[in-house]
Amino acid sequence: MIRVVLPAHLRALARVDAEVKVEVEGTVTQRSLLNALESRYPMLRGTMRDHVTQRRRAYVRFFACEQDLSHEPPDDPLPRAVISGLEPFLVVGAMAGG
Amino acid sequence: MLVGTRKGAFVLEADGKRQDWKVSGPHFGGWEIYHVKGSPADPNRIYASQSSSWFGQIVQRSDDGGRTWEPVDNRFVYDGVPGTHRWYDGTPHPWEFARVWHFEPSRSDPDTVFAGVEDAALFRSTDGGRSWEELSGLRLHPSGAGWQPGAGGMCLHTIILDPNNSKRIFTAISAAGAFRSEDAGATWSPINRGLRSEGIPEPQAEVGHCVHCIAMHDSHPNVLFMQKHWDVMRSDDGGDSWREISGNLPTDFGFTIDVHAHEPQTLYVVPIKSDSEHFPIDGQLRVYRSRTGGEEWEPLTNGLPQRDCYVNVLRDAMAVDALDDCGIYFGTTGGQVYVSPDSGDTWKPIVRDLPAVLSVEVQTLP
Repeated sequence: MIRVVLPAHLRALARVDAEVKVEVEGTVTQRSLLNALESRYPMLRGTMRDHVTQRRRAYVRFFACEQDLSHEPPDDPLPRAVISGLEPFLVVGAMAGG
Repeated sequence: MLVGTRKGAFVLEADGKRQDWKVSGPHFGGWEIYHVKGSPADPNRIYASQSSSWFGQIVQRSDDGGRTWEPVDNRFVYDGVPGTHRWYDGTPHPWEFARVWHFEPSRSDPDTVFAGVEDAALFRSTDGGRSWEELSGLRLHPSGAGWQPGAGGMCLHTIILDPNNSKRIFTAISAAGAFRSEDAGATWSPINRGLRSEGIPEPQAEVGHCVHCIAMHDSHPNVLFMQKHWDVMRSDDGGDSWREISGNLPTDFGFTIDVHAHEPQTLYVVPIKSDSEHFPIDGQLRVYRSRTGGEEWEPLTNGLPQRDCYVNVLRDAMAVDALDDCGIYFGTTGGQVYVSPDSGDTWKPIVRDLPAVLSVEVQTLP
């Protein structure tokens, strides 16, 4: 199970209190994880990445293991510690807006 | 009353006296709520546009009058290859969905609702918001590739469904102008003859006008009232032609316009100083009322701040109720929501400190 920490607004939208756990089949990548997350919580579709292009929304970032993975290719495997459940995958609303 | 603000939605409730109000909210706190509107066919069915720069567009639906909400489909995908419109600098710019500005539920079917979006397009759902399809005949009008955004973005903000003819729809787009469909949204015609806008290369062009809001009284569906960027306008032929009715208004810039529930010739506007100073003249918040269908206007000030008031009233932020003594409501960018229970003669604030108000809609329930 992959641990995912959502920002407060998306936790409210998905009606979850804390971090969520999702099962990902096959290679665990940014894309496969987000696919699994959106499948488990359909109301999150379109909130982290564009419906059509699947590109990350500009003010959404992906962190894990003290690394910014936002610009990593979406089909690259995620860090081993995320895959093992030792570390969570963080979906972060960028600090912006003054 | 369903109030959309920059930081959430609020529901304000009162009995027919409209004196004591219960305020609930914020619903969807922290999100921009551009519009919340109930179905005329089932007032318990409400649609809300929830959006943010971070997480995009959410559509919320309530089936119990706003007590509980369910997110429904938020996928607004332009039909086909969307192509380009003109950007501020005149260069081609791809059509990009940004947000829903306005929901217009069907008059007869709670599951049918129209959505006006930025970049300007009209979408429709016939399954209560569970899926959306673009009525692309509007965006694909031959003039579409030349449309340019206004300062607030290129938004389709006004949707009026003709009460007597289900195939007739009016829309307005900033800054393209007004459009009419006679075939339920399949094809569209610009209806801007008579508009004159000094800020565009050809002041009387067929399209390119910054229409801010259009209102209609159900008993006279051929009579339309328009607050344009500058100028208050009237059409008596369903938009085929327009004439100016600004008359003695102190300024004819503004955003919102509405019609009395029982008097089709009684109009309300909130004059704003200018397009560079979005606040009332001399710090005096005044609604202007015309009882003659335009031209002759009177200021309504009783209960409204008459000094040091520098708020704006946005295009969807005025509404009327259907009670015998018609109530008029508006919200401001300063977070005040005002009510007049007597057609505008007297006013009082219901709340003073909400986030900036983007929209106000009223449901009159039995």
